[in-house]
Amino acid sequence: MNRYWREARLWLVAIPVLLWTLLPIYHIFLFSISTKDSAFSGALWPDHPTLRNFGTVFRQEHFYLHHFWEQIWNSLWIAVAVGVLTLFIATCAAFAISRIKVRGGRTVMNAALFTYFIPAAFLAVPMYKAMGTYGLLNSRWSLVLAMVTLASPYAIWVLKQASDKLPWELDEAARIDGATPLQLFRLVYLPLMTPSLVAIGTYALLLAWHEYLILAAVA
Amino acid sequence: MAAVDIAVPGGNRALTPISPPKRRLSWQTWGVIMLAPYVLVFLVFVLYPVSYGLWLARHPASYQTLFDDPVFFRTVVNTIVFLLVAVNVKFMLALFLSGFFVHERAWIRWLSVIFIIPWAVPAIPTIFSIRFMLNPEWGLINSVIFRLTAQDGPNWLNNPSLALTMAMVVHIWKALPFWTLILMAGRLAIPRELYEASSVDGASAWQKFKFVTWPSIRTLYLTSTLLSMIWTLGDFNSVYLLTGGGPADLTHVLATLGIRYIRLDQVDQAMATIVVALPFVLPLVYFMMKRLSTNE
Repeated sequence: MNRYWREARLWLVAIPVLLWTLLPIYHIFLFSISTKDSAFSGALWPDHPTLRNFGTVFRQEHFYLHHFWEQIWNSLWIAVAVGVLTLFIATCAAFAISRIKVRGGRTVMNAALFTYFIPAAFLAVPMYKAMGTYGLLNSRWSLVLAMVTLASPYAIWVLKQASDKLPWELDEAARIDGATPLQLFRLVYLPLMTPSLVAIGTYALLLAWHEYLILAAVA
Repeated sequence: MAAVDIAVPGGNRALTPISPPKRRLSWQTWGVIMLAPYVLVFLVFVLYPVSYGLWLARHPASYQTLFDDPVFFRTVVNTIVFLLVAVNVKFMLALFLSGFFVHERAWIRWLSVIFIIPWAVPAIPTIFSIRFMLNPEWGLINSVIFRLTAQDGPNWLNNPSLALTMAMVVHIWKALPFWTLILMAGRLAIPRELYEASSVDGASAWQKFKFVTWPSIRTLYLTSTLLSMIWTLGDFNSVYLLTGGGPADLTHVLATLGIRYIRLDQVDQAMATIVVALPFVLPLVYFMMKRLSTNE
């Protein structure tokens, strides 16, 4: 009896959690398969589910959608650019801080993490102004660079944590064999870091895909 | 540091006195070169904008105009309410739910995957979805209310305090999964023996929480709450996408007010809005930085 009660209590938490989480998502799905009339009638399930809305979007048949494919292309372009640039910048920085132990590396990382203590909306405002100064307003690059700025600190931090765990013996062996820093980076470091790099690349890509605030302020 | 010295053996081959320092320098130089891209990004897109922003906010006149803006006082009150209520409710829920999600059941693991969705999906479609749901005439919520009670539901987004409450609900919906995960990680790090021992001693569930769980995750809870306050202060989406600051500019928070001034091309004003929040942000930031540097 006691055991059943304990399971029942778990379900008592689970069901509200499930409803709370999925309701807005379900609502998006509901709208996407409803005709206009049915969407605005407050029905929980449309009488005649339809895929026509998707057709409207893909064939750009609505005033707001005239540039749909172009916009998708923009989004993809920006997301991929942010992913690649963040990876490049963060991997180099993490390697310099963690493996070369460059002087001042820790300070740079603390400064990087400091970025996250500036509330996002408050960074966006001066960034808008700065983008104007750099002549980057209304260009894809302003978005890419702004998002790289936001994605890099976390990326550096995670990659540094991961690189610290790599065995030193490999570096030592490479150095004794006379490897240059770049060889160590390319031949030893990158292959070992691949899983972390994939994760961080995905993170930066998603961040760029989700970002709206910077877009509202900068573009 | 020993590793840097190991770079020296390369110099032994040359057997010239100049070679070793040169070699060592080159590793450090490479380090600087590889660090440079990020340093550049930081200087150009963080340090310069922030300093420039502070410089733009130097005119006392901007503050005068800001304080005279009829919206401003309401905005400050909204921001404080938003921070105190939304963050604390969010963390109490996260604390409770993290206790739920650490139960070892296969179905709870699946549920936790679903539970992450709000955090993982983009803000725009989901917040618009909630906005549509809350439409007083044809929204899903009021339709259901009407069907169940035959009464018209409230006019959710037209009543300022209700609209702000809904913005907080949206914020919690979006941010809850992340903090639940963080607190869950904290709970999972507590050694199981402590719970077993307290069971043997006949502790109730509440006593286990009070004497084992809470002391172990208290620091994490407080640090996370403070960090979340800083982030919530910058949360622009929940308010802007749900209410747009309306009705009648009564649901603005400082973040959306700043962007509103930008849209009106009053950049000095926008900067002043930010600086007004600094006395609140700086102690938090100072505290966080101190905490982070001692923890490591």
